Amino acid sequence: MATIHAEPQADSSPAGQQQIINNLSIQVATVNGSGSQTANLVLLRAIFQMGIPVSGKNLFPSNIAGLPTWFTIRASQHGFIARRRDSEYMVAMNPETAEEDVMTLKPGAACVYDERLNLKRLREDVIFYPVPFDQLVTPVCPDARLRKLVRNMIYDGILARLLGIEMEEIHKALQKQFKKKAKAAELNWNAARAGHEYAEKNLVKADPYKLERMNATAGKILIEGNAATALGALFAGVTVVTWYPITPSSSVCETLTEYMKRYRIDQETGKATFAIVQAEDELAALGMALGAGWAGARSMTSTAGPGISLMAEFVGFGYYVEIPAVIFDIQRVGPSTGLPTRTAQGDIISTALLSHGDTMHPMYLPCSVSECFSMAMDSFNLAEELQTPVFVMSDLDLGMNTWMSEPFEYPTKPISRGKVLSAEQVRQMGGFQRYKDVDGDGIGYRTLPGTPDRLCGWFARGSGHNEKAIYSERPDVYVNNMDRLAHKFETARTKMPPPVVVHGATNEVGIIAYGTSHWAIEESLGQLRREYKIDAGYCRLRAFPFTREVHDFINRYERVYVIDQNRDAQMLGLLRLECSAEEISKLRSVRHYDGLPIDARSVTDEIASQEGAN
Amino acid sequence: MATTTVPPSPSAKLNRIGLEMTHYKGNKTTLCAGCGHNAISERIIEACYEMGVEPHRVAKLSGIGCSSKSPAYFLNSAYGVNAVHGRMPSVATGAMLANRHLIAMGVSGDGDTASIGVGQFVHLMRRNLPIIYIIEDNGCYGLTKGQFSATADLGSKLKTGVINDLPPIDTCALAIQLGATYVARSFSGDKRQLLALIKGAIAHHGTSMLDVISPCVTFNDHEGSTKSYSYVKDHDSPVADVNFVPFFDDITVDYDPGTTKDITLHDGSHVLLRKVNVDYDPTDKGAALHMLTESHDKGEILTGLFYVAPEKPTFIDQLNILDEPLATLPESKVRPPKEVLDQVMQSLM
Repeated sequence: MATIHAEPQADSSPAGQQQIINNLSIQVATVNGSGSQTANLVLLRAIFQMGIPVSGKNLFPSNIAGLPTWFTIRASQHGFIARRRDSEYMVAMNPETAEEDVMTLKPGAACVYDERLNLKRLREDVIFYPVPFDQLVTPVCPDARLRKLVRNMIYDGILARLLGIEMEEIHKALQKQFKKKAKAAELNWNAARAGHEYAEKNLVKADPYKLERMNATAGKILIEGNAATALGALFAGVTVVTWYPITPSSSVCETLTEYMKRYRIDQETGKATFAIVQAEDELAALGMALGAGWAGARSMTSTAGPGISLMAEFVGFGYYVEIPAVIFDIQRVGPSTGLPTRTAQGDIISTALLSHGDTMHPMYLPCSVSECFSMAMDSFNLAEELQTPVFVMSDLDLGMNTWMSEPFEYPTKPISRGKVLSAEQVRQMGGFQRYKDVDGDGIGYRTLPGTPDRLCGWFARGSGHNEKAIYSERPDVYVNNMDRLAHKFETARTKMPPPVVVHGATNEVGIIAYGTSHWAIEESLGQLRREYKIDAGYCRLRAFPFTREVHDFINRYERVYVIDQNRDAQMLGLLRLECSAEEISKLRSVRHYDGLPIDARSVTDEIASQEGAN
Repeated sequence: MATTTVPPSPSAKLNRIGLEMTHYKGNKTTLCAGCGHNAISERIIEACYEMGVEPHRVAKLSGIGCSSKSPAYFLNSAYGVNAVHGRMPSVATGAMLANRHLIAMGVSGDGDTASIGVGQFVHLMRRNLPIIYIIEDNGCYGLTKGQFSATADLGSKLKTGVINDLPPIDTCALAIQLGATYVARSFSGDKRQLLALIKGAIAHHGTSMLDVISPCVTFNDHEGSTKSYSYVKDHDSPVADVNFVPFFDDITVDYDPGTTKDITLHDGSHVLLRKVNVDYDPTDKGAALHMLTESHDKGEILTGLFYVAPEKPTFIDQLNILDEPLATLPESKVRPPKEVLDQVMQSLM
């Protein structure tokens, strides 16, 4: 073996090879339920603490323990945080997948592996670092039952030594990870140190990859999208939260519950300023949210594709009766159960038009954890201003992975409750008509149940109703009501955030993307310029219905590529609904739907191919 | 909370909060003439009037079906939601979370409850949400022209001659077993008993579940039906004579202490049960379930208050929610200060 039994080296960089600093992707292949998540997050955080831009993608199975799982850590001095298709470094811990994992590596890549797996025989063009994990874990973890969980921390120490990650940062990250569990932190720290010592004494660095301290993460935070969404709801002043567990959305309400218990207990009385209920299913979760919205609460639920399907009838009810509620959809791969732990933008069309009859719903399209936070807050205001269900379309990649971000900003906009009348206002007016378009924006005035005046009562019904909310089957009444709702949707358009547009040097190629695709596009724009001389414009959608700027963008470019993380080009489909024939003729599609987060290379090569540039 | 009152007409009788009976009326019914549901609406109106319920506090809730239309026919000045089929319990739950001072008055049907809605019904009962949940039970789907529901009795016959070959779901037994704390069955034609039971339900603190047999005059009031007026009249077997004394009245009803059981409800009202044919304790869950099983076997339709547990904490109690409605909390109570965000951000660095 080339790298084992070597003398310990003072300098761990190989002689005569040019180092590659702060630009690598590490893939860790482990078994689900083996405590690898802790080891991976500590690694991620340690790199972050060294000031190096970093991202982590957890590719996990729909299973609690025993199936293969991969975690990719990408460090990029340029700040690119999209997934990369290839990795320079592999940590092969899973006997089931190790051989296949090694075969995916590019020539020149490095592989740390469990010695017993004997992977070295498989490739001559890969640099191997065998490690006797079992031998190393026994002395640092006397309790045999815990060894499985501590074992993975050894590779943190190995990688720290091989890549130059500072051990003090591993230590700090460990303490952050374990918070008050000092014993667990110590046990893991000993394992990391054992790995580091082993590498120092036994492994000779033979690859060019290195991490060096820089200053690109100072003042930044690390957070998962679902936690950011929960924080947004907390500061939005949500009062009723009703939900049903489903991957990948469960951590929205679980994290929110923790925050609410900590920050939303009334100081004077010790009582909750909120109610959180785990419902019996998604139908009930949304039914409760709508019941609460009708009675005046700021209510929400969170779900994923199958839940969206179940909520379809109630969403139509909310739309037609005009009740506010916020629905967070953390999208995953469908149809049916699909790939429940993989990412997609799979619910775009079904959610935009959810329910029977003519229905359309506003959707926010966050791309980042900071937008998860800010759009959560905006969505509650919008739902109450428009008196309608509003969706926030996150996805598994954004929701469940850890992202680097600037700290979130405290809201400057006050909470907006929309058009709610008090008893006194109704008395002064001598009554009110629930569905009358008084202001010309399609939005009526409402009273909340419990408002103490006999003139305030009204009946919310999903059947045909007139302006006074009284049952009616008259054709003209129905048409007027539906036209007013369509007009209300036009009002929604004026309240949605416009796209973020960056123009290219020429007007030939434009790119439209949304959500987590943004991170791949950001990187792809440079690749297209450098490799194919395509200087494309970029329009990142932030909401549906689309604003005027989206049409301006399409009109400016000759060819516009719409990037979707789904098979059927769903956003392109929605654009078709709202675009002119001339605009539609310019639209092209780039689709990515293998369950993995979209990467820049896939986008670049596909656009280049369609442009005939390669 | 103050209620604005219109000056009463000189002759009108006012209730204890100064409102006339007309204040509690609804729109004109569109149900069939003679429909049992209309009689139930009338009892709701009387009960609310006599109890002095503030109409603006009432949330009328229903699902879909003939039964679910009826909230439009009582308490016009209250607030109402006619929700989707079988899902009224979730809407009611959300409304009560938003404003715990509302009085949830749910009206459902046997299809809306025991067929499409049985899932939400089960969880509503289990939570003991403060709600009056009335099933207007005619054993069939009226609005879609008479198909069997899941409360139709075994062997019961449709107008078309089709015989029901599945056993019924006993919503009362289900409710008792699941955790509802005031469970009764009545008959839309029994004015006195039904009125007393609705008043008791209004006074009760948790989930009150009333299954009211309400014959469908159009589709299920023929020979062979077990939910027809004549069948129910012949087979009705009251477990006890029910009388209700609200908290604002002293018990002055003429009764013989030796044969009457007095149950004090959470608000201080009393339900008085005069023994008729069984020596029966409505606080004994097991006995209530046993009695219901026995009566089924005998082919009787047992009516009356079967089970009551006045002190059991409600879902709202358990959530430890602030006393003022969540719906109208000011921004200062629901948006934490900037220091909290700073603190959270610091912990994520």
